[in-house]
Amino acid sequence: MITKEELQQLNKEANNVRIKTLETIGNLGVGHIGGSLSVVEILTLLYFKEMNIDPKNPKMEGRDLLVLSKGHSGPTLYSILALKGFFPLAWLDTLNKGGTNLPSHCDRVRTPGIDMTTGSLGQGLSAACGMALSCKLDGLENYTYAIIGDGESDEGQNWEAAMFASQYKLNKLIAFTDYNKLQLDGTTESIMDLGDIEGKWRSFGWNVYRCDGHNISEIEAKIQLAKLSNNKPNMIILDTIKGKGAAFAENKLTNHNMPVSKEVAKEAIDELKKEL
Amino acid sequence: MDMRQVYCNTLIEAAKKYDKLMVVEADLMNATGTGPFKKAYPNKFVDVGVAEANLIGVSSGLSNMGKIPFAATFGCFAGRRDFDQFFLSANYAHLNVKLAGTDPGISAQFNGGTHMPFEDIGIMKTVPNLVITEPCDSISLEKTIYNLIDHYGSSYMRLQRKGSQTIYKEDEKFEIGKAKVLKDGNDVSIVALGFIMVPEALEAAKLLEKDGISAAVIDPVCVKPLDNDLILKYAAKTNLIISAENHQVSSGLGSAIANLLANERPTKMRMVGIKEEFGQVGTLEYLKNHYKLNAKEIVKQAKSALGK
Repeated sequence: MITKEELQQLNKEANNVRIKTLETIGNLGVGHIGGSLSVVEILTLLYFKEMNIDPKNPKMEGRDLLVLSKGHSGPTLYSILALKGFFPLAWLDTLNKGGTNLPSHCDRVRTPGIDMTTGSLGQGLSAACGMALSCKLDGLENYTYAIIGDGESDEGQNWEAAMFASQYKLNKLIAFTDYNKLQLDGTTESIMDLGDIEGKWRSFGWNVYRCDGHNISEIEAKIQLAKLSNNKPNMIILDTIKGKGAAFAENKLTNHNMPVSKEVAKEAIDELKKEL
Repeated sequence: MDMRQVYCNTLIEAAKKYDKLMVVEADLMNATGTGPFKKAYPNKFVDVGVAEANLIGVSSGLSNMGKIPFAATFGCFAGRRDFDQFFLSANYAHLNVKLAGTDPGISAQFNGGTHMPFEDIGIMKTVPNLVITEPCDSISLEKTIYNLIDHYGSSYMRLQRKGSQTIYKEDEKFEIGKAKVLKDGNDVSIVALGFIMVPEALEAAKLLEKDGISAAVIDPVCVKPLDNDLILKYAAKTNLIISAENHQVSSGLGSAIANLLANERPTKMRMVGIKEEFGQVGTLEYLKNHYKLNAKEIVKQAKSALGK
């Protein structure tokens, strides 16, 4: 369970992460702002409370693992890793610049704290399955987390992985769908409707939970339920808002990858700072 | 002993020493012949079902945790169907997935054109620093497997499944990227790859000798890294290179050698292999004849290039 004080602190952290993400993308002038802002709460909760990790030892054996399969949300994860001390905050200014350690999509080779390279949508959940299986075979007690997008769920490989995780009883695999209802070309409903998304995962043999993806205590409660699983993988559907917390981007059809000037970013950041 | 039995037995033996070794199949265990491995090491064996993308994804994840996964599927799927996964999740991510593509080229025989990879080497050649190998016999296969285990980094091995063949001596030593001179010669160098073409090249050399043409036969073992030094040495020595492969010449061994020679030492060359054609069903003999993958064609090309 999460205490009131912890929740307050985590919400503050989430706000800070959102600010850092806006600064990072605003500094560059363009980026995947929509999908980055919709995963702020889940990533903040995982890295500031849930996961057993050590910023001084990013490859610590037996640590909890995360595969951010929607790798284009890297900027949010980078903000968190920097705030946690995996690397200096100054690195955030180098996003997508030549020679950077922080490329647009997550890269396990370049960035301390990134557990898997992602970017070609649909591949991350398979890798997470392999990682979770390896840990299970080794008798480790750690958790493997994976975050996939709703648009990304169109990729068939996710469903190959879904069957696999169920077959191999990967109970310590906890996946999240960032269900922000928008994909690059429009609403998920108009482009490729996910329909009964809960039923889909359930029929693949997963425990399925659903909650407000911007409500940290709700997500935490679902994670605790998922951790009780002893033979099924877990999917937590997060109802989110693409571009959450930045008025210029929130729920805009064009927010998948959009220009973000410093001025526009600053305006949004100033609003967020009022909440701090 | 079938080549696939050599593959399986070597992995069983290797797993005694290499605790992290695993075998990953995509519902082709009974084709690859890795059933005995599953029996010996049930906890080191994974079957992902008919799902080649997930085969590579899961293998990449296992590798990310330090395992050494040997994944296998038919070569047609290994090259064409899971390429993006192999490119990104395994190679771009600097992971250590040992992929085998079985039934190379015409050896797919009765499975026909849908299952006949003439292009897998070409596709794989585009992956930076990937090791690409096609051992031609049981000895080179066994030793190559150990070399791949000891080499951190992903690899693609074309694996003949059926048939047995011993060309090398038991104590022959192999290194990744080092070719083998099977026969020395002065007039032409035949660089031949794999289970089908290496014996054809040796036969061609015999036929050429009868006509007074001294032919060297080289088994590159690896297409990548290619043994540039040895090939350049024989280009200088014989001034004529014939490549021979059970694969498209435009993207396989022939093109790799041509690329080397064009840059380093322009040398007369002829390529024996698949031209602009898809695969088809047939017996091995029929297919060898149809695609001109035989000693006769090597001899013809050598003589024509030498003006004889």
